[in-house]
Amino acid sequence: MLDKDKLDWIYNKLFTIRFFEERIKKIAKEKSVPGYLHTCIGSEAICVGVMAALNKDDWISSTYRNHGHAIAKDCNLNQITSEIYGRSTGICKGRGGSMHISDFDRGMLGSFGIVAAGPPVVLGAALQEKINNGSKNSVSFFGDGAIHNGAFHEAAGLAKLWNIPMLFVCENNGYAEATATDWHLNTKELSDISKAYDMVAYRGNGNDVFEVFNLTNKALEESRNKQTPIFLEFKNYRFSGQYEGDTQLYQPQEEIENAKKNDPIKLAIDNAKNHNLTKDDIETYKKNALDAVNSAFDFADTQPWPKGEDALQEVYVNYPKEVN
Amino acid sequence: MPIKTVKEAINDALVQSFENDKNVILMGEDIAGGKGREQYQGTQDAWGGPFGVTQGLFTKFGGERVRDTTIAEAGFFGAAVGAAMTGLRPIVELMYVDFAGVCFDQMMNQAAKVRYMFGGKQKVPMVVRTVVGAGFRAGSEHSQTLYSLYTHIPGLKVVAPYDAYDAKGLLLSSIQDDDPVIFMEHKRLYMTSCEVPDDLKPIPLGKGKIRKNGSDVTIIAIQRMNLFAEEAAKELENNNISCEIIDPRSYSPLDEDLIYTSVKKTGRVIIVDESNPKCSLASEISSLISENCFSDLKSGVIKITAPHTPVPFSPPMEDFYIPSSKKIGDAAKELLNA
Repeated sequence: MLDKDKLDWIYNKLFTIRFFEERIKKIAKEKSVPGYLHTCIGSEAICVGVMAALNKDDWISSTYRNHGHAIAKDCNLNQITSEIYGRSTGICKGRGGSMHISDFDRGMLGSFGIVAAGPPVVLGAALQEKINNGSKNSVSFFGDGAIHNGAFHEAAGLAKLWNIPMLFVCENNGYAEATATDWHLNTKELSDISKAYDMVAYRGNGNDVFEVFNLTNKALEESRNKQTPIFLEFKNYRFSGQYEGDTQLYQPQEEIENAKKNDPIKLAIDNAKNHNLTKDDIETYKKNALDAVNSAFDFADTQPWPKGEDALQEVYVNYPKEVN
Repeated sequence: MPIKTVKEAINDALVQSFENDKNVILMGEDIAGGKGREQYQGTQDAWGGPFGVTQGLFTKFGGERVRDTTIAEAGFFGAAVGAAMTGLRPIVELMYVDFAGVCFDQMMNQAAKVRYMFGGKQKVPMVVRTVVGAGFRAGSEHSQTLYSLYTHIPGLKVVAPYDAYDAKGLLLSSIQDDDPVIFMEHKRLYMTSCEVPDDLKPIPLGKGKIRKNGSDVTIIAIQRMNLFAEEAAKELENNNISCEIIDPRSYSPLDEDLIYTSVKKTGRVIIVDESNPKCSLASEISSLISENCFSDLKSGVIKITAPHTPVPFSPPMEDFYIPSSKKIGDAAKELLNA
């Protein structure tokens, strides 16, 4: 049985991510938000379940669909929002934007806009841990679209060859951009791809935060004990489009309605009684999450823009100043 | 003072860096070599890379720090980025710079940008050692220089030493540097030698070198082109033409002051670059001179580069492709109406 603190954390994060994404979608539609937005409605259980199994300073990589990972990695919600708004107090000082929300101090190596950029980078962090006898876990998040990219395969091959403990976490959300996963897969199951590397793989229901949590714990332990990478596939559904503004004409209404039956937030609420949580508890989680989201957006609204010339900062650690 | 080849000087710098900092590791294809057949080769490193530059490192420092990789540049370049961010100082070997295409994303979009786009908390202290250059009859896919490809990217530093002294001093610096550095080694220079003190100190990146003082014309020579510049300068003495030869050594950052000081003195410039001409170091340096020294120029800047073609294979064609001391000499004579 999970302790109450852990349950509080899990439910708070689930609701925070959902409310945050609903809010930013609304703002993008009604007003505008600079740049591209990729929201993660439907991925909450994967973000929260995996992160619940990790320590605060464990290494992860994320993607352009990163809001949920960043929130679940305990990045500051005000700073996340400010970054999406392009303000100087943003988590990346306004130099990243929605696609690159990342905080190195929270173990985030990066949120990469290039599909499959993350796995090799996480391999490197895990290699460093191995060489230095470190204790941090290393986890790379990527989508089903990434499994066709060479960078994923090259990282998988090296991780297995070098006996590097790390997790390859694939969020199989049914779509690679506007292409259906059942069309692009060459194998029966996505995780069959790991057989090419003789890599252990587990598949789980990505809508069930507790299943994600338990499977991740199991994989982390096995990965450490056997000094081996492990592939985790979590199936879920991408309710959001590829990006905000996507007409989603390719996602049939019937499919969306079916997926709603397994909505990760709904499942978590249904599951609450198994964890001795009451309706009041759920209402409290919701209220706290909504308050946090509201205050984050209120905060971001008041934040100053960076100055244009702030663009010149921190390209290098050291570089002759005349160049900038 | 010991005489060292460029190859030996680089090996010395690697050994010294490995000894001084336990965080330094090396990854690449066949940097040891012979993996899986150790029992047959009588040594633990059969190759030391295709040019033997890393010979002995595996034996000295072991497989934990000297890691032969699969032929998977995107994989181990990305790993170097992650390892560098989390505390190591990885050196990765790109066997030929021509292979940049299969791992450019890791340099262009990750190594170069994580510090900037994630708010300045990361640093990526990694070095890419790579082999460049024509003149080996190695064909179009094993002979390019591609200096400007990396120089173009903010966040990367680019270094290209000419002699053994600079190779050692600049590699020591590159490994100690906190930014990602592309360190380019010219395959036709590996066996050239000069005096290199054993206790050579790291040479700061971004400082060029005057290889020869002169007063009539400034020859800015990139890496191996210093050889031809020196030959031409010697020849031109017979025509009473005094050449100043500048070797920038580092292209990002670039020692602009050194170049401008020389140009202001001579008023005449020849830039020699083995790369293709379009958007090259030669065109970049030429444009900087136009912007900064226009009124000092007595004549237009002359660029001597390879033609806008891939590197050809057949010896007469490849020899035609590479700039020569004759071309430099002819250009100088024309500049001075000699």
